Amino acid sequence: GEPHPGPRAVNVDLQTDATLQVDISDALSERDKVKFTVHTKSTLPNFKQNEFSVVRQHEEFIWLHDSFVENEEYAGYIIPPAPPRPDFDASREKLQKLGEGEGSMTKEEFTKMKQELEAEYLAIFKKTVAMHEVFLCRVAAHPVLRKDLNFHVFLEYNQDLSVRGKNKKEKLEDFFKNVVKSADGVLVAGVKDVDDFFEHEKTFLLEYHNRVKDASAKSDRMIRSHKNAADDINRIASSLYTLGTQDSTDLCKFFLKVSELFEKTRKIESRVAADEDLKLADLLKYYLRESQAAKDLLYRRSRALVDYENANKALDKARAKNRDVLQAETSQQLCCHKFEKISESAKQELIDFKTRRVAAFRKNLVELAELELKHAKVT
Amino acid sequence: NKVELPPPPECVCVKLSGPASLPAEDISTNSNGPKQDSLFDDDPEDLFAEATEEVSLDSPERDVLLSDGPSPAITPITPPCSLITPHIDMFTHCSFDEIEEEEGGDSFDMHISVSDPEKVGDGMNAYMAYKVSTKTSMSLFRSQDFSVKRRFSDFLGLHSKLASKYLHIGYIVPPAPEKSIVGMTKVKVGKEDQSSNEFVEKRRSALERYLMRTVKHPTLLKDPDVLQFLESSELPRAVSTQALSSAGILRMVNKAAEAVNKMTIKMNESDAWFEEKQQHFDNLDLQLRKLHASVESLVCHRRELSVNTALFAKSAAMLGNSEDHTALSRALSQLAEVEEKIDQLHQDQANADFYCFSELLGDYVRLITAVKGVFDHRMKTWQKWQDGQILLQKKREAEAKLQFNNKPEKLQQAKDEMRELEGKVQQGERDFELISKTIRKEVSRFEKERVKDFKTIIIKYLESLVQTQQKVKNIIIIIFSISY
Repeated sequence: GEPHPGPRAVNVDLQTDATLQVDISDALSERDKVKFTVHTKSTLPNFKQNEFSVVRQHEEFIWLHDSFVENEEYAGYIIPPAPPRPDFDASREKLQKLGEGEGSMTKEEFTKMKQELEAEYLAIFKKTVAMHEVFLCRVAAHPVLRKDLNFHVFLEYNQDLSVRGKNKKEKLEDFFKNVVKSADGVLVAGVKDVDDFFEHEKTFLLEYHNRVKDASAKSDRMIRSHKNAADDINRIASSLYTLGTQDSTDLCKFFLKVSELFEKTRKIESRVAADEDLKLADLLKYYLRESQAAKDLLYRRSRALVDYENANKALDKARAKNRDVLQAETSQQLCCHKFEKISESAKQELIDFKTRRVAAFRKNLVELAELELKHAKVT
Repeated sequence: NKVELPPPPECVCVKLSGPASLPAEDISTNSNGPKQDSLFDDDPEDLFAEATEEVSLDSPERDVLLSDGPSPAITPITPPCSLITPHIDMFTHCSFDEIEEEEGGDSFDMHISVSDPEKVGDGMNAYMAYKVSTKTSMSLFRSQDFSVKRRFSDFLGLHSKLASKYLHIGYIVPPAPEKSIVGMTKVKVGKEDQSSNEFVEKRRSALERYLMRTVKHPTLLKDPDVLQFLESSELPRAVSTQALSSAGILRMVNKAAEAVNKMTIKMNESDAWFEEKQQHFDNLDLQLRKLHASVESLVCHRRELSVNTALFAKSAAMLGNSEDHTALSRALSQLAEVEEKIDQLHQDQANADFYCFSELLGDYVRLITAVKGVFDHRMKTWQKWQDGQILLQKKREAEAKLQFNNKPEKLQQAKDEMRELEGKVQQGERDFELISKTIRKEVSRFEKERVKDFKTIIIKYLESLVQTQQKVKNIIIIIFSISY
């Protein structure tokens, strides 16, 4: 396992508020799980202490996220997207392959490749910590969600929350729910909204989500090519070094010089790939998830609208038949209230989403540009 | 296929019973041929059975081996002085630098260019014709500036002739460029795209380098086949291109290696120079192959990178368009623009790497195979010499027996055969010494060329690198100074 201090949130610009501050102060990577130390500082009365920490695993974050999604009260909010599962499989596989191939390379080569892979492992680790932290910070910054009881339990209860992962049956149920939702989504999307704001948002979000998905996939491919090239450069540098040390003519100086150059190039290419990864790829991935969450909000609103319209029809029918009128009226009022509540909060949520999004992109792109400039100057 | 051999006409070549013999050696001008063959074929295993111990080239142990006879009546035979005297000593104390050619390398006045690739004919019978232009002030040639048209199989034919004449006596004959079925088919079919254009350019460049390397070799330059290739307007079509492909030549060279592996007398190299050089070339071979593979992989990944960067740039631009916050959409568009420019530079850099470095590495991987082949031929030559000596010894024993048994007619025949064999053994020794001497000179030349070639390419690469970096820097600075 590797203990590592958690980084500050990089993706989202949040207003830090003294009443509740959450971060991941430490993390431990074990064989098949990661243990995050969630650290809270709060002046709120509902907590026993002002500052405390608990240890949480990925499944517990998912449990918290799902509890928000399933809560009807939060139907009108963009639920902060759940952090992706920590995935070290690829990295571990590479380290294993390196171990197996140890005999076929020189000591310098092996040491170098090992360092590279360990750095990669560390980078993935840092990223997963960052993503889990961002999730918690978003919740803590949300005026309503921060008051959620489950959230407080998550932060404070210092025993294992014993949330078992979803079993097969539940996973299947989820799958069908999603299928139905998307079919519905198509149906609902077809209904033109009376409200201009929401109509515009719907069009925008559908297009935006698809384009972010595309950009995210392409940036991943680009970064992978970068990494492949950096690996090749690493191997070339090693070969040149060996040639240089073995050569007895004055070519050896040349070989060693070029080897040095390739080594420097590799460091820069790796750095560039890592920067792009962090500033660009992670950013795109995050907004892919959040734009999906925004779409889900719109869907919920549409559903509420449909329910409201159905309730209206039912009320008209009841009045016409003069049967169960009171029941129909109550139902209609409930639906109306629910719809209006959702619409009101959804509007604000979507405006906030845009503000956050623009700020995050601007910040990251500027930082990325500055880094690329720095690298260009160095070379 | 009778081939003319440069060594003196008295040379008698003995056919080895081993499986690996180059065609050139198959010619036996000895009328006693069949008889000798039968002697050889008689228990070929037995002939070498006693010789499985390690024998050093000039060690006294060999005397013991040779004079170890079953019959005490045999007069102890003193092997000819040449077997024990280390003639090789002459060279062991010289570093390869001291064995230099008189002709100054820098004043080599000849330039060959291969240009104007032209498709001749149609369909599957089509081929590319190249213009081979020579500019020289050497008196060896009929004029100072002339050109001819040649096709790829002509080059292969030239190499095949040179290889069969010179490889087995220790000259490092530069290998011809590889055949490429895929590449040529595209050209024949008439598919004109970037990759087929690249292929033609790659081949043209490789053919030019091949010819320059060949003519830089002082011995090969004077060869009539080379002169004919460069000068005569009509060249007889090279037949059987299968046998002429680089792979074919490689196979011939490898057969020599096979023969070496099958040698039952392990040649214990007491000449440190050869041992050191063998090791040196083995290492070089390994390292260059590894490097070549990595460089080709890098070129491939860089190409992928530029494709993926372009794709991402377009995607980012689309994203920028959908974002209805104008400042952000402008930033995203600029990002797309930068990515696009960097993509172009990556492509340029990939091309630069590709042609210079990778091609040179490929050339040297093939060249070193030829070098190793030449070392193997030396071992084969040594083996032949040793075989001759062993045979001679057996004949001597047989003669002694005949003398003892008093059979005068057979005795005379035996004496004649022995005299002939003695001549062969002496020739075998001369051959071995000659090839050793030739290889020393060749290796010295080769190393000088290698150092020069690599230095040139590396400097060229570094220069192109500096230019690329500068361009990247400038572009990034311009773009972001605008955005700020």
